[in-house]
Amino acid sequence: MSKGIHPVASILAAIARGISGVQVQWAGCEPSERQRIYFANHTSHLDFVVLWSALPSDIRARTRPIAAKDYWEETWLRRYMVENVFKAVLVERGAVSKTNTSEETKHVSRSLIEDIVTALGETNSLILFPEGTRGTGEKVEEFRGGLYHLALRRPDVELVPAYLENMNRILPKGEFLPVPMLSLLTFGKPIHLEPGEEKDAFLERAREAVSSLRRIGVS
Amino acid sequence: MMQALHDPKLLWVFGSVLFLLILLGFIGDIQKERLRNDADRSTIDNLIARISAWWKMCAIFVLTLLVGRVGTLLVFAVLSFVAMREYMTLVPTRRGDHRALFWSFFLIMPLQYYLVGIQWYGFFAIMIPVLAFIFVPTLIAIHGDTEHFLERSAKIQFGLMVCVYCFSHAPALLLLDIPRFEGHNARLLLYMGIVVEMSDVMQYLWSRLIGGHKIAWRVSPSKTWEGFLGGVITATALGAVLWWITPFTPLQSAGMSFMICILGFAGGLVMNAIKRDIGIKDFGVVIEGHGGILDRIDSLCFAAPIFFHLVRYYFVP
Repeated sequence: MSKGIHPVASILAAIARGISGVQVQWAGCEPSERQRIYFANHTSHLDFVVLWSALPSDIRARTRPIAAKDYWEETWLRRYMVENVFKAVLVERGAVSKTNTSEETKHVSRSLIEDIVTALGETNSLILFPEGTRGTGEKVEEFRGGLYHLALRRPDVELVPAYLENMNRILPKGEFLPVPMLSLLTFGKPIHLEPGEEKDAFLERAREAVSSLRRIGVS
Repeated sequence: MMQALHDPKLLWVFGSVLFLLILLGFIGDIQKERLRNDADRSTIDNLIARISAWWKMCAIFVLTLLVGRVGTLLVFAVLSFVAMREYMTLVPTRRGDHRALFWSFFLIMPLQYYLVGIQWYGFFAIMIPVLAFIFVPTLIAIHGDTEHFLERSAKIQFGLMVCVYCFSHAPALLLLDIPRFEGHNARLLLYMGIVVEMSDVMQYLWSRLIGGHKIAWRVSPSKTWEGFLGGVITATALGAVLWWITPFTPLQSAGMSFMICILGFAGGLVMNAIKRDIGIKDFGVVIEGHGGILDRIDSLCFAAPIFFHLVRYYFVP
Protein backbone atom coordinates (compact mmCIF):
# COMPACT_ATOMS: atom_id res chain seq x y z
CA MET A 1 0.00 0.00 0.00
CA SER A 2 1.40 3.36 -1.00
CA LYS A 3 1.71 6.08 1.59
CA GLY A 4 -0.51 9.12 1.71
CA ILE A 5 -4.08 9.89 0.79
CA HIS A 6 -5.36 9.92 -2.79
CA PRO A 7 -6.43 13.50 -3.66
CA VAL A 8 -9.82 12.29 -4.88
CA ALA A 9 -10.35 10.66 -1.49
CA SER A 10 -9.70 13.96 0.27
CA ILE A 11 -12.11 15.79 -2.03
CA LEU A 12 -14.81 13.17 -1.56
CA ALA A 13 -14.30 13.28 2.19
CA ALA A 14 -14.79 17.04 2.21
CA ILE A 15 -17.92 16.76 0.07
CA ALA A 16 -19.35 13.99 2.23
CA ARG A 17 -18.76 16.03 5.36
CA GLY A 18 -20.46 19.05 3.79
CA ILE A 19 -23.49 17.14 2.60
CA SER A 20 -23.96 15.19 5.80
CA GLY A 21 -23.22 18.14 8.11
CA VAL A 22 -21.85 15.47 10.40
CA GLN A 23 -21.21 16.22 14.00
CA VAL A 24 -18.64 13.88 15.50
CA GLN A 25 -18.57 12.87 19.14
CA TRP A 26 -15.85 10.77 20.69
CA ALA A 27 -18.00 9.52 23.54
CA GLY A 28 -16.14 6.39 24.64
CA CYS A 29 -12.56 7.04 23.54
CA GLU A 30 -10.25 9.62 21.99
CA PRO A 31 -8.69 9.57 18.51
CA SER A 32 -5.52 7.51 18.82
CA GLU A 33 -2.52 6.35 16.84
CA ARG A 34 -2.87 2.77 18.00
CA GLN A 35 -4.20 0.04 15.75
CA ARG A 36 -7.96 -0.16 15.73
CA ILE A 37 -10.86 -1.74 13.95
CA TYR A 38 -13.75 0.70 13.74
CA PHE A 39 -17.02 -1.14 13.30
CA ALA A 40 -20.29 0.65 12.61
CA ASN A 41 -23.86 0.29 11.42
CA HIS A 42 -24.30 0.50 7.67
CA THR A 43 -27.11 2.27 5.82
CA SER A 44 -25.49 4.37 3.10
CA HIS A 45 -22.58 4.75 0.71
CA LEU A 46 -21.67 7.83 2.73
CA ASP A 47 -20.95 5.74 5.84
CA PHE A 48 -17.37 4.83 5.11
CA VAL A 49 -16.32 8.23 3.72
CA VAL A 50 -17.88 10.12 6.62
CA LEU A 51 -16.41 7.83 9.27
CA TRP A 52 -13.04 7.95 7.57
CA SER A 53 -13.09 11.75 7.24
CA ALA A 54 -13.88 12.07 10.95
CA LEU A 55 -10.46 10.67 11.82
CA PRO A 56 -7.45 13.01 12.18
CA SER A 57 -5.53 13.09 8.88
CA ASP A 58 -2.42 11.21 10.05
CA ILE A 59 -4.60 8.37 11.31
CA ARG A 60 -6.76 8.57 8.21
CA ALA A 61 -3.78 7.82 5.97
CA ARG A 62 -3.35 4.50 7.77
CA THR A 63 -7.00 3.48 7.93
CA ARG A 64 -8.53 1.29 5.23
CA PRO A 65 -12.10 0.10 4.67
CA ILE A 66 -13.15 -3.48 4.21
CA ALA A 67 -15.45 -3.72 1.20
CA ALA A 68 -17.48 -6.43 -0.51
CA LYS A 69 -15.77 -7.78 -3.62
CA ASP A 70 -18.95 -8.73 -5.52
CA TYR A 71 -20.41 -5.22 -5.29
CA TRP A 72 -17.29 -3.12 -5.73
CA GLU A 73 -15.86 -5.01 -8.67
CA GLU A 74 -19.02 -4.72 -10.75
CA THR A 75 -18.12 -1.57 -12.73
CA TRP A 76 -14.78 0.02 -13.55
CA LEU A 77 -15.67 3.18 -11.64
CA ARG A 78 -16.44 1.25 -8.47
CA ARG A 79 -13.30 -0.80 -8.88
CA TYR A 80 -11.19 2.31 -9.38
CA MET A 81 -12.74 4.00 -6.34
CA VAL A 82 -12.25 1.08 -4.06
CA GLU A 83 -8.79 -0.04 -5.21
CA ASN A 84 -6.99 3.20 -6.01
CA VAL A 85 -8.82 5.93 -4.16
CA PHE A 86 -9.74 4.34 -0.84
CA LYS A 87 -7.33 1.38 -0.96
CA ALA A 88 -9.95 -0.94 0.40
CA VAL A 89 -9.41 -4.50 1.50
CA LEU A 90 -11.75 -6.50 -0.72
CA VAL A 91 -13.40 -9.58 0.75
CA GLU A 92 -15.77 -12.08 -0.74
CA ARG A 93 -19.14 -11.71 0.91
CA GLY A 94 -21.00 -14.92 1.66
CA ALA A 95 -18.01 -17.02 0.63
CA VAL A 96 -18.25 -19.00 3.85
CA SER A 97 -21.92 -19.85 3.48
CA LYS A 98 -21.33 -21.07 -0.10
CA THR A 99 -19.07 -23.84 1.12
CA ASN A 100 -20.39 -27.39 1.44
CA THR A 101 -18.21 -29.22 3.92
CA SER A 102 -16.97 -28.00 7.26
CA GLU A 103 -13.40 -28.46 6.04
CA GLU A 104 -14.09 -26.08 3.16
CA THR A 105 -15.74 -23.60 5.47
CA LYS A 106 -12.74 -23.55 7.76
CA HIS A 107 -10.41 -23.16 4.85
CA VAL A 108 -12.29 -20.30 3.16
CA SER A 109 -12.94 -18.34 6.31
CA ARG A 110 -9.33 -18.78 7.40
CA SER A 111 -7.99 -17.39 4.13
CA LEU A 112 -10.47 -14.50 4.34
CA ILE A 113 -9.35 -13.60 7.81
CA GLU A 114 -5.73 -14.01 6.79
CA ASP A 115 -6.23 -11.44 4.02
CA ILE A 116 -7.60 -8.98 6.51
CA VAL A 117 -4.93 -9.66 9.09
CA THR A 118 -2.30 -9.08 6.42
CA ALA A 119 -3.93 -5.77 5.58
CA LEU A 120 -3.84 -4.79 9.23
CA GLY A 121 -0.11 -5.37 9.37
CA GLU A 122 1.74 -3.66 12.17
CA THR A 123 0.46 -0.11 11.71
CA ASN A 124 -2.84 -0.02 9.86
CA SER A 125 -6.38 0.36 11.14
CA LEU A 126 -9.56 -0.86 9.48
CA ILE A 127 -13.15 0.21 9.04
CA LEU A 128 -15.65 -2.63 9.01
CA PHE A 129 -19.41 -2.80 8.62
CA PRO A 130 -20.21 -6.15 10.22
CA GLU A 131 -23.85 -6.19 9.09
CA GLY A 132 -22.40 -7.01 5.68
CA THR A 133 -24.87 -4.90 3.72
CA ARG A 134 -26.68 -1.58 3.90
CA GLY A 135 -29.83 -1.63 6.01
CA THR A 136 -32.84 0.69 6.30
CA GLY A 137 -31.59 2.42 9.44
CA GLU A 138 -34.44 1.24 11.64
CA LYS A 139 -32.26 -1.15 13.59
CA VAL A 140 -28.78 -2.62 13.57
CA GLU A 141 -28.99 -6.06 11.97
CA GLU A 142 -27.21 -9.16 13.17
CA PHE A 143 -23.42 -9.10 12.74
CA ARG A 144 -21.50 -11.51 10.55
CA GLY A 145 -18.65 -13.52 12.02
CA GLY A 146 -15.61 -11.68 10.67
CA LEU A 147 -15.31 -9.35 13.64
CA TYR A 148 -15.12 -12.32 16.01
CA HIS A 149 -12.36 -14.03 14.04
CA LEU A 150 -10.38 -10.80 13.84
CA ALA A 151 -10.75 -10.26 17.57
CA LEU A 152 -9.53 -13.82 18.14
CA ARG A 153 -6.61 -13.46 15.79
CA ARG A 154 -5.45 -9.97 16.84
CA PRO A 155 -6.41 -9.42 20.51
CA ASP A 156 -4.03 -6.43 20.67
CA VAL A 157 -6.16 -4.38 18.23
CA GLU A 158 -8.81 -2.17 19.81
CA LEU A 159 -12.36 -2.72 18.54
CA VAL A 160 -14.10 0.65 18.47
CA PRO A 161 -17.88 0.72 17.96
CA ALA A 162 -19.37 3.66 16.06
CA TYR A 163 -22.92 4.70 15.24
CA LEU A 164 -23.79 6.68 12.13
CA GLU A 165 -27.10 8.42 12.42
CA ASN A 166 -29.36 9.69 9.63
CA MET A 167 -27.09 8.57 6.77
CA ASN A 168 -29.93 6.42 5.44
CA ARG A 169 -32.01 9.59 5.07
CA ILE A 170 -29.22 11.52 3.38
CA LEU A 171 -28.26 8.90 0.82
CA PRO A 172 -30.30 5.70 1.11
CA LYS A 173 -29.61 2.49 -0.73
CA GLY A 174 -30.64 2.80 -4.36
CA GLU A 175 -30.43 6.61 -4.60
CA PHE A 176 -27.53 8.60 -5.97
CA LEU A 177 -28.68 12.13 -5.18
CA PRO A 178 -28.17 13.14 -1.55
CA VAL A 179 -30.52 15.18 0.63
CA PRO A 180 -28.40 17.46 2.83
CA MET A 181 -29.86 16.65 6.23
CA LEU A 182 -27.72 16.74 9.35
CA SER A 183 -26.14 13.63 10.81
CA LEU A 184 -24.32 12.41 13.88
CA LEU A 185 -21.37 10.11 14.32
CA THR A 186 -20.63 8.72 17.76
CA PHE A 187 -17.58 6.68 18.69
CA GLY A 188 -18.09 4.41 21.69
CA LYS A 189 -15.93 2.65 24.24
CA PRO A 190 -13.60 0.01 22.72
CA ILE A 191 -14.58 -3.59 23.36
CA HIS A 192 -12.44 -6.72 23.60
CA LEU A 193 -13.08 -10.41 23.26
CA GLU A 194 -13.39 -11.85 26.79
CA PRO A 195 -11.45 -15.05 27.52
CA GLY A 196 -13.62 -18.00 26.58
CA GLU A 197 -16.43 -15.84 25.18
CA GLU A 198 -18.67 -17.64 22.66
CA LYS A 199 -18.86 -16.31 19.10
CA ASP A 200 -22.58 -15.52 19.14
CA ALA A 201 -22.42 -13.87 22.55
CA PHE A 202 -19.52 -11.68 21.46
CA LEU A 203 -21.18 -10.67 18.20
CA GLU A 204 -24.37 -9.78 20.04
CA ARG A 205 -22.40 -7.73 22.55
CA ALA A 206 -20.64 -5.93 19.69
CA ARG A 207 -23.97 -5.24 17.99
CA GLU A 208 -25.33 -3.88 21.25
CA ALA A 209 -22.25 -1.66 21.64
CA VAL A 210 -23.05 -0.08 18.28
CA SER A 211 -26.80 0.32 18.64
CA SER A 212 -26.53 1.74 22.18
CA LEU A 213 -24.74 4.77 20.71
CA ARG A 214 -27.88 5.92 18.93
CA ARG A 215 -28.85 9.43 20.03
CA ILE A 216 -31.97 10.46 18.07
CA GLY A 217 -35.25 8.60 18.11
CA VAL A 218 -34.57 6.83 21.41
CA SER A 219 -37.51 7.07 23.78
CA MET B 1 -26.80 48.51 -1.86
CA MET B 2 -23.46 50.18 -1.09
CA GLN B 3 -25.22 53.54 -0.90
CA ALA B 4 -26.81 52.29 2.32
CA LEU B 5 -23.45 53.00 3.91
CA HIS B 6 -23.92 56.68 3.08
CA ASP B 7 -27.43 56.74 4.47
CA PRO B 8 -27.15 58.85 7.68
CA LYS B 9 -30.52 57.73 9.06
CA LEU B 10 -29.65 54.08 8.63
CA LEU B 11 -26.25 54.60 10.20
CA TRP B 12 -27.81 56.43 13.14
CA VAL B 13 -30.26 53.68 13.94
CA PHE B 14 -27.85 50.86 13.30
CA GLY B 15 -25.16 52.63 15.33
CA SER B 16 -27.61 52.99 18.22
CA VAL B 17 -28.39 49.28 18.01
CA LEU B 18 -24.70 48.44 18.25
CA PHE B 19 -24.25 50.87 21.14
CA LEU B 20 -27.17 49.31 23.00
CA LEU B 21 -25.78 45.84 22.40
CA ILE B 22 -22.43 46.81 23.91
CA LEU B 23 -24.19 48.43 26.86
CA LEU B 24 -26.43 45.40 27.38
CA GLY B 25 -23.39 43.15 27.19
CA PHE B 26 -21.75 45.04 30.07
CA ILE B 27 -24.94 45.06 32.15
CA GLY B 28 -25.37 41.35 31.51
CA ASP B 29 -21.84 40.59 32.69
CA ILE B 30 -22.25 42.64 35.85
CA GLN B 31 -25.67 41.22 36.70
CA LYS B 32 -24.48 37.70 36.08
CA GLU B 33 -21.94 38.07 38.87
CA ARG B 34 -24.39 39.67 41.27
CA LEU B 35 -27.49 37.52 41.00
CA ARG B 36 -27.82 34.54 43.27
CA ASN B 37 -31.49 33.72 42.68
CA ASP B 38 -32.04 30.90 40.14
CA ALA B 39 -35.00 32.52 38.38
CA ASP B 40 -33.11 35.78 37.91
CA ARG B 41 -30.08 33.88 36.72
CA SER B 42 -32.07 32.10 34.05
CA THR B 43 -33.55 35.42 32.88
CA ILE B 44 -30.07 36.87 32.56
CA ASP B 45 -28.80 33.78 30.76
CA ASN B 46 -31.71 34.02 28.34
CA LEU B 47 -30.88 37.69 27.67
CA ILE B 48 -27.19 36.96 27.20
CA ALA B 49 -28.08 34.25 24.65
CA ARG B 50 -30.30 36.74 22.84
CA ILE B 51 -27.58 39.38 22.82
CA SER B 52 -25.11 37.02 21.20
CA ALA B 53 -27.73 36.09 18.59
CA TRP B 54 -28.33 39.81 17.95
CA TRP B 55 -24.65 40.35 17.33
CA LYS B 56 -24.77 37.66 14.69
CA MET B 57 -27.87 39.21 13.12
CA CYS B 58 -26.11 42.57 13.01
CA ALA B 59 -23.12 40.98 11.32
CA ILE B 60 -25.40 39.38 8.74
CA PHE B 61 -27.14 42.72 8.21
CA VAL B 62 -23.83 44.50 7.59
CA LEU B 63 -22.81 41.71 5.25
CA THR B 64 -26.00 42.11 3.19
CA LEU B 65 -25.27 45.85 2.92
CA LEU B 66 -21.77 45.24 1.68
CA VAL B 67 -22.24 42.50 -0.87
CA GLY B 68 -24.85 43.95 -3.20
CA ARG B 69 -28.05 42.45 -4.56
CA VAL B 70 -26.78 39.04 -5.64
CA GLY B 71 -24.77 38.66 -2.46
CA THR B 72 -27.73 39.61 -0.28
CA LEU B 73 -29.90 36.99 -1.92
CA LEU B 74 -27.14 34.43 -1.46
CA VAL B 75 -26.84 35.25 2.24
CA PHE B 76 -30.58 34.81 2.76
CA ALA B 77 -30.64 31.68 0.61
CA VAL B 78 -27.92 30.15 2.79
CA LEU B 79 -29.92 31.01 5.94
CA SER B 80 -32.99 29.41 4.34
CA PHE B 81 -30.95 26.35 3.51
CA VAL B 82 -29.64 25.98 7.05
CA ALA B 83 -33.11 26.48 8.53
CA MET B 84 -34.71 23.94 6.22
CA ARG B 85 -31.89 21.51 6.91
CA GLU B 86 -32.65 21.69 10.63
CA TYR B 87 -36.36 21.37 10.00
CA MET B 88 -36.17 18.37 7.64
CA THR B 89 -33.64 16.61 9.88
CA LEU B 90 -36.00 16.67 12.84
CA VAL B 91 -39.32 16.18 11.07
CA PRO B 92 -39.89 12.48 10.40
CA THR B 93 -39.72 11.64 6.71
CA ARG B 94 -39.66 8.29 4.97
CA ARG B 95 -37.61 6.70 2.25
CA GLY B 96 -40.29 7.57 -0.32
CA ASP B 97 -39.80 11.29 0.32
CA HIS B 98 -36.20 11.25 -0.83
CA ARG B 99 -36.66 12.64 -4.33
CA ALA B 100 -39.16 15.25 -3.18
CA LEU B 101 -36.70 16.39 -0.51
CA PHE B 102 -33.83 16.50 -2.96
CA TRP B 103 -35.72 18.74 -5.36
CA SER B 104 -36.97 20.90 -2.49
CA PHE B 105 -33.39 21.68 -1.54
CA PHE B 106 -31.82 21.90 -4.97
CA LEU B 107 -34.55 23.14 -7.28
CA ILE B 108 -37.37 24.84 -5.39
CA MET B 109 -35.21 26.78 -2.92
CA PRO B 110 -32.73 28.23 -5.44
CA LEU B 111 -35.55 28.98 -7.89
CA GLN B 112 -37.45 30.94 -5.24
CA TYR B 113 -34.44 33.14 -4.52
CA TYR B 114 -33.72 33.53 -8.21
CA LEU B 115 -37.30 34.73 -8.79
CA VAL B 116 -37.03 37.16 -5.89
CA GLY B 117 -33.75 38.39 -7.37
CA ILE B 118 -35.16 39.11 -10.81
CA GLN B 119 -38.19 40.71 -9.13
CA TRP B 120 -40.67 38.51 -10.97
CA TYR B 121 -43.30 39.13 -8.36
CA GLY B 122 -46.14 37.23 -10.02
CA PHE B 123 -44.03 34.07 -10.15
CA PHE B 124 -42.27 34.13 -6.79
CA ALA B 125 -45.55 34.79 -5.01
CA ILE B 126 -47.09 31.58 -6.35
CA MET B 127 -44.09 29.31 -6.86
CA ILE B 128 -44.21 27.43 -3.56
CA PRO B 129 -47.89 27.83 -2.60
CA VAL B 130 -49.04 26.60 -6.02
CA LEU B 131 -46.31 24.85 -7.99
CA ALA B 132 -44.40 23.17 -5.15
CA PHE B 133 -47.75 22.28 -3.59
CA ILE B 134 -48.49 20.18 -6.67
CA PHE B 135 -44.94 19.01 -7.34
CA VAL B 136 -44.05 17.61 -3.90
CA PRO B 137 -47.00 15.22 -3.35
CA THR B 138 -46.80 14.11 -6.97
CA LEU B 139 -43.19 13.02 -6.55
CA ILE B 140 -44.04 11.20 -3.32
CA ALA B 141 -47.01 9.51 -4.98
CA ILE B 142 -44.86 8.38 -7.92
CA HIS B 143 -42.57 6.61 -5.47
CA GLY B 144 -45.61 4.69 -4.32
CA ASP B 145 -45.31 4.61 -0.52
CA THR B 146 -48.75 5.64 0.76
CA GLU B 147 -48.04 5.20 4.47
CA HIS B 148 -48.79 8.56 6.18
CA PHE B 149 -48.89 10.07 2.68
CA LEU B 150 -50.88 13.16 3.59
CA GLU B 151 -48.77 13.88 6.69
CA ARG B 152 -45.51 13.55 4.80
CA SER B 153 -46.59 15.80 1.95
CA ALA B 154 -47.88 18.37 4.41
CA LYS B 155 -44.70 18.34 6.48
CA ILE B 156 -42.46 18.95 3.50
CA GLN B 157 -44.75 21.63 2.14
CA PHE B 158 -44.88 23.36 5.52
CA GLY B 159 -41.08 23.35 5.74
CA LEU B 160 -40.82 24.91 2.30
CA MET B 161 -43.41 27.54 3.17
CA VAL B 162 -41.76 28.61 6.42
CA CYS B 163 -38.06 28.22 5.68
CA VAL B 164 -38.05 29.28 2.04
CA TYR B 165 -41.22 31.05 0.97
CA CYS B 166 -41.92 33.17 4.06
CA PHE B 167 -38.29 33.88 4.79
CA SER B 168 -37.53 34.96 1.21
CA HIS B 169 -39.87 37.92 1.70
CA ALA B 170 -37.29 39.55 3.97
CA PRO B 171 -34.72 40.11 1.18
CA ALA B 172 -37.63 40.84 -1.18
CA LEU B 173 -38.18 44.01 0.88
CA LEU B 174 -34.87 45.31 -0.47
CA LEU B 175 -36.14 45.15 -4.02
CA LEU B 176 -39.41 47.07 -3.70
CA ASP B 177 -39.61 50.32 -5.69
CA ILE B 178 -41.05 52.80 -3.22
CA PRO B 179 -41.32 56.37 -4.58
CA ARG B 180 -39.14 58.93 -2.76
CA PHE B 181 -37.52 56.06 -0.82
CA GLU B 182 -35.12 54.80 -3.50
CA GLY B 183 -31.90 53.38 -2.15
CA HIS B 184 -33.20 53.27 1.43
CA ASN B 185 -34.86 49.84 1.42
CA ALA B 186 -32.26 48.42 3.79
CA ARG B 187 -33.90 50.59 6.44
CA LEU B 188 -37.12 48.61 6.06
CA LEU B 189 -35.26 45.38 6.78
CA LEU B 190 -33.59 46.95 9.80
CA TYR B 191 -36.93 48.35 10.98
CA MET B 192 -38.67 44.98 10.73
CA GLY B 193 -35.76 43.24 12.46
CA ILE B 194 -35.72 45.70 15.35
CA VAL B 195 -39.49 45.54 15.90
CA VAL B 196 -39.63 41.73 15.72
CA GLU B 197 -36.74 41.27 18.12
CA MET B 198 -37.92 43.96 20.54
CA SER B 199 -41.39 42.47 20.55
CA ASP B 200 -39.92 39.03 21.33
CA VAL B 201 -37.69 40.17 24.15
CA MET B 202 -40.21 42.62 25.62
CA GLN B 203 -42.87 39.94 25.75
CA TYR B 204 -40.42 37.77 27.60
CA LEU B 205 -39.42 40.50 30.05
CA TRP B 206 -42.98 41.69 30.75
CA SER B 207 -43.99 38.06 31.32
CA ARG B 208 -41.18 37.68 33.83
CA LEU B 209 -42.07 40.95 35.52
CA ILE B 210 -45.85 40.91 35.85
CA GLY B 211 -47.02 37.82 33.98
CA GLY B 212 -49.61 35.50 35.48
CA HIS B 213 -52.25 34.51 32.96
CA LYS B 214 -50.92 32.00 30.48
CA ILE B 215 -52.03 32.21 26.85
CA ALA B 216 -51.34 28.70 25.62
CA TRP B 217 -49.53 27.02 28.49
CA ARG B 218 -49.38 23.68 26.75
CA VAL B 219 -47.42 25.18 23.86
CA SER B 220 -45.36 27.96 25.43
CA PRO B 221 -45.47 28.01 29.22
CA SER B 222 -43.56 31.29 29.28
CA LYS B 223 -46.04 33.26 27.18
CA THR B 224 -48.57 35.18 29.28
CA TRP B 225 -51.27 37.72 28.44
CA GLU B 226 -49.50 40.39 30.48
CA GLY B 227 -46.26 39.74 28.63
CA PHE B 228 -48.00 39.68 25.28
CA LEU B 229 -49.78 43.00 25.81
CA GLY B 230 -46.77 44.66 27.41
CA GLY B 231 -44.45 43.44 24.65
CA VAL B 232 -46.75 44.42 21.82
CA ILE B 233 -47.39 47.89 23.26
CA THR B 234 -43.71 48.55 23.97
CA ALA B 235 -42.51 47.34 20.57
CA THR B 236 -45.33 49.12 18.72
CA ALA B 237 -44.40 52.35 20.49
CA LEU B 238 -40.77 51.84 19.57
CA GLY B 239 -41.74 51.13 15.95
CA ALA B 240 -43.84 54.30 15.87
CA VAL B 241 -40.89 56.31 17.17
CA LEU B 242 -38.79 54.91 14.33
CA TRP B 243 -41.20 56.28 11.69
CA TRP B 244 -38.55 58.69 10.39
CA ILE B 245 -36.47 55.88 8.89
CA THR B 246 -39.47 54.45 6.99
CA PRO B 247 -41.75 55.73 4.23
CA PHE B 248 -44.61 55.70 6.81
CA THR B 249 -46.21 58.44 8.90
CA PRO B 250 -45.94 57.94 12.69
CA LEU B 251 -49.46 56.51 12.81
CA GLN B 252 -48.84 54.18 9.86
CA SER B 253 -45.60 53.12 11.44
CA ALA B 254 -47.43 52.23 14.66
CA GLY B 255 -49.89 50.16 12.62
CA MET B 256 -47.10 48.35 10.78
CA SER B 257 -45.23 47.64 14.00
CA PHE B 258 -48.40 46.37 15.61
CA MET B 259 -48.88 43.89 12.74
CA ILE B 260 -45.25 42.81 12.93
CA CYS B 261 -45.56 42.20 16.69
CA ILE B 262 -48.74 40.12 16.38
CA LEU B 263 -47.28 38.05 13.54
CA GLY B 264 -43.98 37.56 15.30
CA PHE B 265 -45.91 36.25 18.28
CA ALA B 266 -47.87 33.91 16.01
CA GLY B 267 -44.67 32.65 14.39
CA GLY B 268 -43.04 31.87 17.72
CA LEU B 269 -46.16 30.13 19.00
CA VAL B 270 -46.63 27.97 15.89
CA MET B 271 -42.99 26.91 15.78
CA ASN B 272 -43.18 26.05 19.47
CA ALA B 273 -46.22 23.89 18.79
CA ILE B 274 -44.27 22.05 16.09
CA LYS B 275 -41.36 21.48 18.46
CA ARG B 276 -43.76 20.09 21.07
CA ASP B 277 -45.22 17.83 18.42
CA ILE B 278 -41.78 16.49 17.46
CA GLY B 279 -40.83 16.30 21.13
CA ILE B 280 -37.91 18.71 21.35
CA LYS B 281 -37.40 22.06 23.05
CA ASP B 282 -35.27 23.82 20.45
CA PHE B 283 -34.46 22.93 16.88
CA GLY B 284 -30.82 23.59 17.70
CA VAL B 285 -30.59 21.38 20.78
CA VAL B 286 -30.68 17.94 19.25
CA ILE B 287 -27.96 18.76 16.79
CA GLU B 288 -25.56 20.71 18.98
CA GLY B 289 -23.11 22.90 17.17
CA HIS B 290 -25.58 23.57 14.41
CA GLY B 291 -26.97 26.76 15.80
CA GLY B 292 -30.71 26.47 15.80
CA ILE B 293 -31.24 29.10 13.12
CA LEU B 294 -34.88 28.10 12.96
CA ASP B 295 -35.34 29.06 16.62
CA ARG B 296 -34.02 32.51 15.81
CA ILE B 297 -36.01 33.25 12.68
CA ASP B 298 -39.41 31.79 13.61
CA SER B 299 -40.97 35.17 14.44
CA LEU B 300 -39.43 36.78 11.39
CA CYS B 301 -40.79 34.08 9.08
CA PHE B 302 -44.39 34.97 9.87
CA ALA B 303 -43.85 38.72 9.98
CA ALA B 304 -41.84 39.10 6.75
CA PRO B 305 -44.43 38.12 4.11
CA ILE B 306 -47.26 40.16 5.65
CA PHE B 307 -45.04 43.20 6.17
CA PHE B 308 -43.83 42.85 2.59
CA HIS B 309 -47.37 42.70 1.22
CA LEU B 310 -48.59 45.62 3.34
CA VAL B 311 -45.72 47.79 2.13
CA ARG B 312 -46.18 46.66 -1.43
CA TYR B 313 -49.93 47.20 -1.40
CA TYR B 314 -49.93 50.64 0.20
CA PHE B 315 -46.61 52.18 -0.77
CA VAL B 316 -45.65 50.79 -4.17
CA PRO B 317 -47.74 52.37 -6.92
